[in-house]
Amino acid sequence: MPEKIDIYSGATLDSKIDLSIQRGSKNSEVKMEKYTVEYDKTEVVLDLVHRVQAEFAPDLAVRWNCKAGKCGSCSAEVNGSPKLMCMTKMSDYTNAKSMEIRPMRTFPLIKDLVTDVSWNFEKNKQIKPFKPPTGVKELTMYQQHVDRIQEYRKCIECFLCQDTCHVLRTHEEFNQYAGPRFMIRLATLEFHPEDQEDRIGEIKNTFGVNMCNITKCCQEVCPEEIHITDNGIIPLKERVADNFYDPLMMAVSWIKRLL
Amino acid sequence: MKIDVNEEFKNIKRYETDVLVIGAGGAGLRAAISVAEAGLHGIIVSKSLLGKAHTVMAEGGAAASLGNVDPRDNWMVHFRDTMKGGKYHNNWKMAEVFAKDAPERIRELELYGAVFDRTEQGKIKQRNFGGHKFPRLAHVGDRTGLELIRTLQDKVVHFENIDIHMETAISKLLVENGEVTGAFGYDRQSGDLLLFEAKSVILATGGFGKTFRITSNSWELTGDGEAMLYNEGGELTDMEFIQFHPTGMVYPNSVKGTLVTEGVRGEGGILRNSEGKRFMFNYVPEMFKDDYATTEEEADKWITGDPNARRPPELLTRDVVSKAIRSEVKAGRGSPHGGAFLDIASRRTPEEIKKALPSMYHQFKKLAKLDITKEPMEVGPTAHYAMGGIKVDGVTQETNIKGIFAAGEVGAGLHGANRLGGNSLTDLLVFGKIAGDYAAKRAKETTLKKPSEQKIKEAIEVTLEPFKDGNDINPYEIHAELREKMEEYAGIVRDEQGMKKGLDVLYEFLERSKHVKASGDSRMYNSSWHQSLDVKHMVITGIILTTAALQRKESRGAHTREDFPKPVDDLIKVLYVISKGPDGKPIVKEELYDDLPADLQKAMEEGEDA
Repeated sequence: MPEKIDIYSGATLDSKIDLSIQRGSKNSEVKMEKYTVEYDKTEVVLDLVHRVQAEFAPDLAVRWNCKAGKCGSCSAEVNGSPKLMCMTKMSDYTNAKSMEIRPMRTFPLIKDLVTDVSWNFEKNKQIKPFKPPTGVKELTMYQQHVDRIQEYRKCIECFLCQDTCHVLRTHEEFNQYAGPRFMIRLATLEFHPEDQEDRIGEIKNTFGVNMCNITKCCQEVCPEEIHITDNGIIPLKERVADNFYDPLMMAVSWIKRLL
Repeated sequence: MKIDVNEEFKNIKRYETDVLVIGAGGAGLRAAISVAEAGLHGIIVSKSLLGKAHTVMAEGGAAASLGNVDPRDNWMVHFRDTMKGGKYHNNWKMAEVFAKDAPERIRELELYGAVFDRTEQGKIKQRNFGGHKFPRLAHVGDRTGLELIRTLQDKVVHFENIDIHMETAISKLLVENGEVTGAFGYDRQSGDLLLFEAKSVILATGGFGKTFRITSNSWELTGDGEAMLYNEGGELTDMEFIQFHPTGMVYPNSVKGTLVTEGVRGEGGILRNSEGKRFMFNYVPEMFKDDYATTEEEADKWITGDPNARRPPELLTRDVVSKAIRSEVKAGRGSPHGGAFLDIASRRTPEEIKKALPSMYHQFKKLAKLDITKEPMEVGPTAHYAMGGIKVDGVTQETNIKGIFAAGEVGAGLHGANRLGGNSLTDLLVFGKIAGDYAAKRAKETTLKKPSEQKIKEAIEVTLEPFKDGNDINPYEIHAELREKMEEYAGIVRDEQGMKKGLDVLYEFLERSKHVKASGDSRMYNSSWHQSLDVKHMVITGIILTTAALQRKESRGAHTREDFPKPVDDLIKVLYVISKGPDGKPIVKEELYDDLPADLQKAMEEGEDA
């Protein structure tokens, strides 16, 4: 085989694999299309998808931006696992003869590897924004008090957690539950030391924190390694429980109502 | 495909607004906040999903003289550092307002919900960076861009009077009688053609790093704003100044160019060559010699916070460090993959590294199978940032076309011949706000002017050109070739012969780019169509860049000429302003910056002595 060089990176392409990529749109037939792609072992899956575009299928739809694991655009299912294609190395599939790439299953298909994730942006809009104390120009906060929310704020909105969450993926409870991404967003606001807003009712009712039954699948797929369930959803559940189910707190609210 | 312009015209989706913001990175989002707060209606269009724009990739921080870590800092020192880093070629009006407004823009971000790293006193922590005299960068580990864009995004979505069109691209600005009437584009998801009629338009489209082969930029940075404005008679300047960031990854091939934050050096990281020598001590330019340590001992003292020690030379400005690495490699002292070694492992504990540079730790572990707490990284220069771009009014950010404003990387002036790290994120905030304010002001004082049917039909033709019968150029291949040639003829080091050859090649690309082909029978999320239109913009910006670089017969900041290796004092204030000539080729006009007024001269001196 003559030595082949990648047109963009200059990498020497000395390996070969059969990539099956889901093709088709919401308006057409959907099928798996096979492309035999040459590659360099240090490449990532997204490099191969780009090669398919350049050599075989210029109109192939794929969403991507930074190719450095920072923007969370190129989410897909590689051999059935939810992944960022830019952070999935071919060397993790040594000797594989074939590989399957499909779009995220939880969201409606637009075309090829691109899905309609607009539901997520609508959910985010429903969350009451950060409310600082009135009249201040600057906040005083200590590192030990923001460590926790800084972990949540690493989220790059790849929506792989949403894709994985069985409440959304299998049970399609899009009206009952906002999904792990927005539990984390709510936790960011709830545990912000200076936030003055009250969202606790919505966390329980609108966003459905109780729908999560702590299978922790979301935190397993998080490319930012955020402990979504352990550090985010469970503390939120506790806060909701304190407010709605703690007998003492319940008594206080009854008395308030009687007065 | 046969294109029936009249039929297409009937099916356009139309929108009206006061201010159209093109681009949803930091500058576009901040501009939209100003528009909303002025009580006007705004539309933001974004090539990608919200929160994915290139701003998200910024790592090190946002510079502002808050003085939280070193109280000696103030706007005058920041002004002086910015001018000095820009080799005094900056638009001083912009540099002044920038240095003065920066602290307020950062504190405001915190009230929108941003959570910066903290000092022991509970204030916003600031880190050291190249060319900044004091620790000045507000940051969150090494993912400050993510914090900034997410904060602005979450602020913007709650305004009732702002509509956001995600995955929507603009293909032509509509300008008639020297004034803007709107912009024309397409919905990338559905393929629908869109017309936006607006009283003011803000370009916040970023730079054009994707014109180069080795770059830290995401796919979006294809010079759209620069090329579209130029096509309508707009003026660009400083296009010769492209920053090559000294520390991009050089290995593996797949990630060549991906950024390694300057924060690594800010946190104490050092550069070594293949002989193990800390080479930056040999590259301190005359103008910086009083600011930088001369021995390793002194540099190490500075890292521990000794206020009398001077800064390590690894923290020289990016233009200097890039050229130094290039020289070491050329002299045969490069690392195995043609870069230099960047070592933080021997300088900080693994815990400190993971806390201060988590995303670098993650990036190298994942992509290069390298543990940066144990081994040095291999790094080399990567095309990173366009100092030049659209020429704007230093007060209002308006371009030479009435009603079109520009902010962020697409604009020119603030950074002069070389941008300091950390000044970009703050640039987005300061000038995003100003552009938003003045665009809103104009929108209040003017009425909506309808674009003519003829103009709209021209826009349809431009947008659908890649679908024309007979097109045969693969947009991915021509892009790859363009990047290769730009790297070769207009890269870090340039000379007349090479650039002339480069221009000949680029004009060939211009011809070929008329025949780039959109494949497939559907306009829905058609990547080849998107790539075709992007390539056209990149070829134009490549030609303008090379034309400007050929004109500047000196080496200054990021612009290095082998045939004119020294800076020329007479050229400090000279701007090469480029616009489209009657034959379609760029014409260059020379303009001069005014002299620095006495009060700013004094500010600079006080900054120097601080």
